[in-house]
Parts: sequence; structure tokens; C-alpha cells
Amino acid sequence: MTTRTKPRIVGGIGTSARRPDGKPKVIGSFAYASDLSSEDMLWGATLRSPHAHARLLKLDIAPALAISGVRAVLTQDDVPGEPLFGQEEQDQPVLCDGIARYWGEPVAVVAAEDEETARRAAAAIVVEWEPLEPVVDPDKAADEGFTFREMKVRRGDEAAVGSVVVEGFYETATQDQAPLGPEAGFAIPDGEGGLDLYITSQWIHVDHRQIIACLDMEPDQIRCHPAGIGGAFGSREDISLHIHVAMLSLATGRPVKMVYDRSESFVGHVKRHPSRMWYRHEADEDGNLVKVTARLIFDGGAYAHTSRAVLANAAFFTVGAYRCDNVVVDAIAARTNNPPCGAMRGFGAVQTCFGSEMQMDRLAEALDMDPLDLRRRNALAPGDRIATSGQIIQGSLPTVAVIDAVEAIPLPEPLHSDDPRLLPGGTGLTTPSSSVVRGIGYAVGLKNLAFSEGFDDFAEARAVMTTAGVEVHTAAMEVGQGLVTVCQQIARTILGTDRVAVVWDDTSQIGSAGSTSASRQTQMTGGAVHAAAVGLRDQILAKHDGDELRDDGVYRDGELVASISEVCADGPVEQHVQFRHPATYPPDENGQGDVHAGFVVAAHRAVVDVDAELGLVRVVRVDTAQDVGKALNPQAITGQLEGGIMQGMGLAVMEQLVVDGGVIRNPTFTDYLIPTFLDAPDVETRIIEEGDHWGPFGAKGIGESPTISSTPAIIAAIRAATGRDLTRVPVLPEDIIGI
Amino acid sequence: MNVTITVNGKDRVVDVAGHESLLHALRNDLDLPGTKDACEQGECGSCTVIFDGESLCSCLVMAADADGSTVTTVEGLSSDTELHPVQEAMLAEGAVQCGFCTPGFVVAGSHLLEVNPHPTEPEIREALSGNICRCTGYGAILRAFETVTGEGS
Repeated sequence: MTTRTKPRIVGGIGTSARRPDGKPKVIGSFAYASDLSSEDMLWGATLRSPHAHARLLKLDIAPALAISGVRAVLTQDDVPGEPLFGQEEQDQPVLCDGIARYWGEPVAVVAAEDEETARRAAAAIVVEWEPLEPVVDPDKAADEGFTFREMKVRRGDEAAVGSVVVEGFYETATQDQAPLGPEAGFAIPDGEGGLDLYITSQWIHVDHRQIIACLDMEPDQIRCHPAGIGGAFGSREDISLHIHVAMLSLATGRPVKMVYDRSESFVGHVKRHPSRMWYRHEADEDGNLVKVTARLIFDGGAYAHTSRAVLANAAFFTVGAYRCDNVVVDAIAARTNNPPCGAMRGFGAVQTCFGSEMQMDRLAEALDMDPLDLRRRNALAPGDRIATSGQIIQGSLPTVAVIDAVEAIPLPEPLHSDDPRLLPGGTGLTTPSSSVVRGIGYAVGLKNLAFSEGFDDFAEARAVMTTAGVEVHTAAMEVGQGLVTVCQQIARTILGTDRVAVVWDDTSQIGSAGSTSASRQTQMTGGAVHAAAVGLRDQILAKHDGDELRDDGVYRDGELVASISEVCADGPVEQHVQFRHPATYPPDENGQGDVHAGFVVAAHRAVVDVDAELGLVRVVRVDTAQDVGKALNPQAITGQLEGGIMQGMGLAVMEQLVVDGGVIRNPTFTDYLIPTFLDAPDVETRIIEEGDHWGPFGAKGIGESPTISSTPAIIAAIRAATGRDLTRVPVLPEDIIGI
Repeated sequence: MNVTITVNGKDRVVDVAGHESLLHALRNDLDLPGTKDACEQGECGSCTVIFDGESLCSCLVMAADADGSTVTTVEGLSSDTELHPVQEAMLAEGAVQCGFCTPGFVVAGSHLLEVNPHPTEPEIREALSGNICRCTGYGAILRAFETVTGEGS
């Protein structure tokens, strides 16, 4: 007799299922884009502008072409189609169009028989420049009208006043995503005039749209394939070498490989916008926020990329996770000759969270109030209105719960060791433990989920039942975050089988999954996989009049009525869906409206040890409580929380791209410091599950939250330890000493 | 010029250019792309190999200088049937995200356990401080190594 006991699905939702690409990654067989090769391939290389702003007077490619082994040298004149590309606004020439607008702008590309020859040939191109004065001050650029977007938010009564007022001016540096995997692309001619392109990307369909426009080709002539990606964090949201490698392959009829080295990677992708923010917070005597006024200026650099959307996020999260009925924000994304900026984890909310959380601490001080009590008093909850846009919060938003949970995590023991590895400065310095001061700081961060402002945001997925198991097809980019595992887990849970494989389709095989950004893929592609799996299950059950799908077939009242072979007797059964989140709308002229699809909140507490004499900081702990909606894979969530904290800590105490006159002075891992194992604080996490109003099983995306409020928590802790009024990140030794 | 390198237990003869690094030779000439190229300045540890018993960045070794040496890469640490304990622990603890740093951590970590089978937490952190991970924040990697050394829960 067949029992009613349901077989246990291994690796369903809520478990810490192992990632299917884990084994190839630990044994070294996983193929990243930079690992692809073929016998007959050429290598590509790029000549870049040595000036931040200059007029191209002469470009002579003949010396490069004369080098043995060089097969092509291409310039802007060789671009077959649209001369400009860009995700939101097509404003960037594929190659320099006569004016270089940032340092490192691509000028020409070369294909040669080997890597070294390609680089030598690029260097052999003769270029004459007339240097022009670069615009490097975003305020000045904005004054002269060089902007990508100017936004205002006007909500409530501009004349409202509070009895307690604090003002501050804050700055954040340019941060680089520094994914370990370099930009890489591999183009293979198909013999019919088209190409197969294997690229590093966060969204192959939006790359594809730009590539075919610039190449003047039909959509089916170019197929963009997801290639193995070594991290992204926003750096791959925009085109880098994609069009170049395709042009070289079309021009030569040969496979072409391009890989940036680290220094080229630093100039080859967009950055986190540096920002300047002025804030005034006004509250009543009880600590209720009455009005927030802010002016934000973000330096977008030379080309638009996603500056418009980043600025909107910054503006909409100006007040953070708090209620406030009167808000005045003026925000500008300036166009300069600095390195182009775009997406990085947190996407505008990082900068304004730093400003607004510093303000909340100042306000607490002015009110003589506990900083967490001030935050709890003003904390947003479902049904409240977002302070800036006035949007009523649907779904879950456990702001008070994350604050309470992080506060309840036990604090670490006081420092009682002279092990230099546990002291500020580490083994290279001689801080005695007696001169170390400990500080504790808190911060709370709010972020939107998925794309906003009326964007038609969708994800496609196809679930296919075969006799060998289920295939889930998607073009969503797995950049390391573990989407591949979550897709498997969702499909396993719904389809009752462990045997689920995720198949990465190219742009000709499936529609867009949207971007792997905006914390959106767990909800969006996860939502699409959920819908496809439910549709597939219901379709199969209906056909065989069953009430349950298991690994071996369709069951009715606990009896097997159709085996999987019978289910697939006419071939694989499939369900293809396009999933959309609740509609959003563009803001009105005052920045008002239902601009966002959902929200996520997190709180961080940092504990730091500071040597105030030498200005050295050791981040001892960063604890966090995170709103996740529903935890689909607890281990993967922990990985996001810990990794996100580390990037937030980087911005807090060490990471800044030094840009001088538009020139990046530290484009190497020697000079651009990112946290190492010895810098890494201990992290304790608390996961708060309150299901959201959309997304698979109520899950929220949590890719960005960990990075947003970890930075201000660390700065708050350093302020607490030192009494210094720190207003710029990263905080450097000279800021702590007060030089 | 031809150099002979014992790679993962096999003698390999390879024709290398004068300017070529060992990393380049492994990846491009010896078809061993598991060793990763991320900075070529010895800062990130992605290209870590065991070179004559020492754990080092293969980007900092000239291929010509590797003549007569013995090199172990990530490909040499597992068999078809068995993973190295470090590999198994990194999988179990979720220490792999994008995975680009993973081969470097596997190689550096296997070497650490060779020379110090029971490292303390600070010793693990210090030994692996030349390997940058941009995804995990190192927490899961630490837990993986503590599991292998019996220090973890």
C-alpha cells in the first residue's frame, strides 16, 4: 500500500541547500569568462585616453597595423551602427568620438595573435591630444547646468519648524566594487555574419539591446550568453568591453578574447557616486521628526549610465527608515570629467543613509535622548507613508523589530589582550591595549526592492519537466550571490523533486530576467520560477487528475496514478512565465507617488577599538538584524549579510578611489585597500521573518541592505570612541587625530 | 625557452617567454585555468600555488625561474572521487559565492594545515590575510577552516 507520508524533499526552501556550482568552484573547474579560450582565437586590447578632458587631434593606427600579428585596429569610425550606447541614455561613444571626457576613455581597440602583441599594438597607435580643462567639481558643473538629473521632493508644509534643529554637511568618497573577476568577453563568429558573445554582465538582455544597436544587427544575429562571473556588486550593470570584443570578432572573422587587467578594470567600470550632502533635521521636544531638509549632489562623472536612477534612490531615502510629514529635498546628479559612476550595492541609499543616520545621532544628542529610542519613536511601519514620496507602505517593514533584535545581541568582552592582531593597526604597529578606546554605534537603513518609478520590471523563466528531472531556464545572471540555489530550492519545493537543474539560456532562447541588481532576483526571477513551477505542477496534475506531484510521478489520494515517464510520454512538459511585481509609477513634479515596489529594512551595531593618538581603528564586531520577508536559504542570507557588511566597512574606514583632476591615482589593489581577513570583524546576525506582499513565499531581496547601514554604524562607533564629529567616509587616521 | 616544471605530480615541459609569469604559464600554456588572475601584483592571492613547499602568488614568479620546481595548483588537490578536506568544508559552510578567490583560499588553506594542523583563529586569519574575498566577508571561510581543524562547532 502506498502511504500518504510525503517524501522529504532535500534542498527545498528554508534549508541551507548547497549551491550547485560550488564543487566546480572549489576544484577550479568552473569556467569564468576570463577562462574561455579556443585554439584560433585572437586577443583584444584597448587604447585609452591619458587625459580626463581632451580633444583628439590625430589618430594614426598605421604603426599598430604594421606590427606582425596584428589583425585589426578599430576606432569610432568603424562602429557599424549607432555611435553611442548607454543603458538609460545613449550618450557614450563606443570609442572616442573626438573628445575624451574621462581619464581612461577607450579610444581604439586592437586584435592580435597574442595578448602581448595586442597590448604593444595598442601602445603603438599614435595619438595627438589637445588637453582641455576638466570639470571636476560637481557643484561647479551643476552651477553651469551640467547635470544628468535634477530632482526635488516637496512634501507637507515647507514652513514647518521644529524646536530642536541639527544641521550637518556630509561627504562620501568614490568607492569601487572591486569584484575579483575582471571584465572579460569572448566573441565567436557563427559563420553567418553573426556572433555568440560570452560576457560578464548583470543583465545580458539590456547589454544585447545596446550591442545590436551599435553593431547595426538583427537581434537574432547576436546571442549574448551568460559567462561565469567573479562578483559584480553593480560594476557589471553597464557595458564595458562588450561592443569592442564583438566589433573585433566581426572585423576579423575570428574568435576574440578580451580581459581587463586590474588597473584597466578600475577605469573600465562605473563606480559608486561620490556625494556631498547638506542636511537639516528638525524635531519637537519629544523627538518626533517635524521636518527634514536636504540638498544632495552626486558626481555622475562623464556619462549617464544609471545616474538618474541612483539619484532618485538617494533622494527617496534621504530620511531613511523614519516618518516625517514635511520634507524638502533638492538633489542633483552632476556631469563632470571624473570617472563615470553608476551602480554599486545600495545604489544611492548608501550615501543618504550615512548622512541621515549621522543626523539622527546628532539629533539624539541635541535632545539628550537614547539614539535607539529616537529611532524607535520615528520608525516606519506598514501603513505609514515614506517620508519623501508619501507612498503608503504595503507589505512588511519590521523597523522596530530589527532595532530591538540587534540591540539584544550580547556585546563582546572588553579588550584584554596585547596580541597585535587584535589591536588597531595590527602587527605593523605598536598600539598598547591601554591606549585603546572602545566605541559602540548603531544605524538603521531602508532600501527599495526591484526597479522603480514606473519601469516595466519583469523576469521570465521556463520550468520543464523531463524524465531526467526538472529544468529551470532563465537568463538571470548568477554573479555569486546564490540565485542558482534559490531557483532550485523554489522549484524543488513546488514540484516535489530534488532533481532540479538551472539552465542558463542565451538571449535568443528566453526573454529578459531583468537585472541582477536592486536586490531583485530572489523576488523577481525567484517569483518567475515560483510561478512557472506552480503552472507546470497544476498543468500536470490537471491532465492526470492528480492531487500531488512527487519525484516519481502524479499521485491521487496517495496512490501513484501517472509515472514521470507517462507524464512526459509526449515529450517534456513546460510552463513559461513572465513575472511582474506590483506596478510602480513615476513621481510627480514634487517627487510624490507610489514609486517603489516594496521596502526592506536592516539595523547594524558596530563595536570599534580606536587608538585616538595614531588615528587607527579596529572594527571588532558588526552585528545586524535583517528583515528578510521569508528566509529561503539561511546560509546564503548569512553570506550576504557578512559580505555586505564588509563592503560597508570598506567605505567606512578604508576604501576610496583617489581622483585628482579626473585622474584615478590608485587603480591597483596595492593602493586601493579593501578589507582582508585580518580586518574582518566578527558578525552576529539575526534574521527577522515577516512575509512581504509579493515575492516567492514572502521573501525579500537582501543583497544591498547589509551594505547600507553598516557604514554609518561604524562611523557612529568611532564618534562614540573619540568624540570626533566625523562627517566624511572613509574615516582616515587624520580625521581621527584631527589634523 | 623551455622549462620543466613538476605540476600536480607530472613533469611538464613548457616553452615560456622571458616576460611570462608562472601564473600566465599555468593558465595559458599548461591549460590549468583554476589558478585565477585578479590583480597580478601579489595583493589578492587569487593565483596562490604551492611552489617548492611554499604558498605564494604565482603572478610574482617568473615562469623561467620555475624551471625544475614543483608546483601544486588547485587542480592538484582533489581527485575524481575525493575532495580535499578544505574544499569539502568550504562547500559545507557556504564559503563559496562568486568563487573567484576560492582556488586561492583552497591552496593557501591546504598549505596552512600542512604546516600548522591546528591553527588558532588569529593564526587562520593571519595565514589567509593575503587572500582577498570580496563576497563572503570571510565569516564562512573562517567557519570552514575551524571545522577542518576541529576548532569549530
